[in-house]
Amino acid sequence: MASAEEVAKAAERRDVRDRWLLSAPALLIILFAATGPLLIVLVYSFLTPGSYGDVRWQFSPEAWVSVFMERDIFDDTLSIAAAHVTIFWRSIKLAIVTTIATLALGFPTAYFMATRSEKTRDLWLFLITIPFWTNLLIRTFAVLQIIRNEGIVNAILLKLGIVSAPIQILYTDTAILIGMAYVYLPLMVLPIYASMEKLDFRLVEAGYDLYATRFKVLRRIIFPLVKPGVIAGSILVFIPALGAYVTPSVLGGGKNMMLSNLIELQFGQGRNWPLGSALSIAVMVIVMVALLAYVRNAGRSEVRHG
Amino acid sequence: MGYCVPEQSGRNAIEVRGVRKVFGSGESQVAALDTVSVPIRENEFFTLLGPSGCGKTTLLRLIAGFDFPSAGEILLYGDDIAPLPPFKRPVNTVFQSYALFPHMTVAQNIGFGLEMLGKPKAEIKARVDAMLKLVKMEALAGRRTSQISGGQQQRVALARALAPQPKVLLLDEPLSALDYKLRKEMQIELKRLQHETGITFIFVTHDQEEALTMSDRIAVMSSGKILQVGSPWDIYDKPAERFVADFIGETNFLTAAITGMGNGKARATLKSGATIDATVAEGFQPKDNATVVVRPEHAKLTKGKGDLTGTVENVVYFGTDTHIHVQLDSGEAFTVRQQNTRSAGCGFERGDKVGISIGNDAAQVLRD
Repeated sequence: MASAEEVAKAAERRDVRDRWLLSAPALLIILFAATGPLLIVLVYSFLTPGSYGDVRWQFSPEAWVSVFMERDIFDDTLSIAAAHVTIFWRSIKLAIVTTIATLALGFPTAYFMATRSEKTRDLWLFLITIPFWTNLLIRTFAVLQIIRNEGIVNAILLKLGIVSAPIQILYTDTAILIGMAYVYLPLMVLPIYASMEKLDFRLVEAGYDLYATRFKVLRRIIFPLVKPGVIAGSILVFIPALGAYVTPSVLGGGKNMMLSNLIELQFGQGRNWPLGSALSIAVMVIVMVALLAYVRNAGRSEVRHG
Repeated sequence: MGYCVPEQSGRNAIEVRGVRKVFGSGESQVAALDTVSVPIRENEFFTLLGPSGCGKTTLLRLIAGFDFPSAGEILLYGDDIAPLPPFKRPVNTVFQSYALFPHMTVAQNIGFGLEMLGKPKAEIKARVDAMLKLVKMEALAGRRTSQISGGQQQRVALARALAPQPKVLLLDEPLSALDYKLRKEMQIELKRLQHETGITFIFVTHDQEEALTMSDRIAVMSSGKILQVGSPWDIYDKPAERFVADFIGETNFLTAAITGMGNGKARATLKSGATIDATVAEGFQPKDNATVVVRPEHAKLTKGKGDLTGTVENVVYFGTDTHIHVQLDSGEAFTVRQQNTRSAGCGFERGDKVGISIGNDAAQVLRD
């Protein structure tokens, strides 16, 4: 008969084995569907482009040089690739502005939802998630219908005599911003709402009681307490906004290229897979650095506030 | 008369005038406060006492400014503050849940009100230090509020509300979350703080014992109305209505016929036939049948005849005293409380035929 010690050891071994078996599907998916392809992209970025797309298995740092540099076709001198820098800058700027816009719209929305009665809160939550039911492309075309020159916005403005000619919104950065803010708004509202819902509103009353005006209560009490939600929402909006493809293509008309369009171009008509790969990795690194800086900064200021 | 409470100064810190508060609208309308008027004197420890849902917290919230009255005025030293937002009222609140800011330290919590008032940094620091000392929390100034015990949180909540030196301090059942021993300690602590700061306290509780031991004056509330305002002694010994007599302490209700009035007293003939003198509640309208109340400790049990006669039903030992439940011959129930001594038992047993004598100054006639 086995001693109690042996039985305990066997149970522990079984426990460990079961845990590995249960997590195996998830681990396999992460390995083959996320990490694996990423490694291939990384490897491709150091190879030479093939003539008809694909790559030749020959090491070359050229793709990485081309991310921000440009080789003169006559004398081979390097200069800053102004086009790439512009595209990077525009994409980052639009992602930041989108994040700020969704925060400005989403924070009051989340506050409104969190201050409703328990029953109506569920209804609002349900309404917020409705856009997720429809395909992104269709939603983007819906926005296009609204803001195009013959669209509802311009029609109303013309009818009211506010403008004499339709405003050109479509195919501008503003159009991309409107589209992205619309598409990503729920991703900002939901995490802020989750934090806000847990907020004890008696703290807000205590703030008013201690002579804090509405603005000060917002800044000194509500905002610090729902900050985790704001951080999560900002991350959830910023990352997809930086890599957005459909919305800029449809609403920007392909006139003003964004990062995703640039990368797509390299894998498509450009037939420069290594450059496309290098650009993809570069975007990833930028996102990671930006997030680390953001999260660390947000964490620090929390400590300072007390 | 035998007041143990010193007369207060004549000034009113708060005067509630004809305040109504209605929640909801149309059919589902509920009057949480039904035309309440009460003056609260300067430097007084004033308690709003009543069961949950009686409107006491609603009244406190109206004074604090978290809600606004549907009708009426709330005067603070003569000025109507009812329409002002809470951050414009020199009134602070100690919340039932304490509502300490979890993202701030103890010291930052206490200094918050002063900071919002725009006081200079040095003054805030001096005042926070003084408050920490007042509530004996100096050692924990840098702690987060989540890292201190319930009793300590209570002290911080008090210090935070007292720091801006409000004209009136509102306390919403602040002791209800504490265990018995700590509650007793804090009751004494609160009285000390009120004495040292000289600030008018308005205290909300449903605990009658707490109200009796701490207050200068008590307002007993029920279903949105104030039934009686008076010193603890008044409220306990001279209840005006059945609800007040029943809610505070234990009491015996007897039906009696009023056979005469005079000298502020009524002659009441009990069902047993005995006639006693009884004090009369304020606002009593002479009528044939009235309710007389006698506190269990104000009646005496005898082996022979008394004003009332009956049979002992039950004898319950309470340590300091013994409760003897008597079934009266008139059919009513009556309880007598008798002080215990070490040397002998209470001297009565179940089934004993007993008499109950009611002293000259033991009975009160209610107005309802």
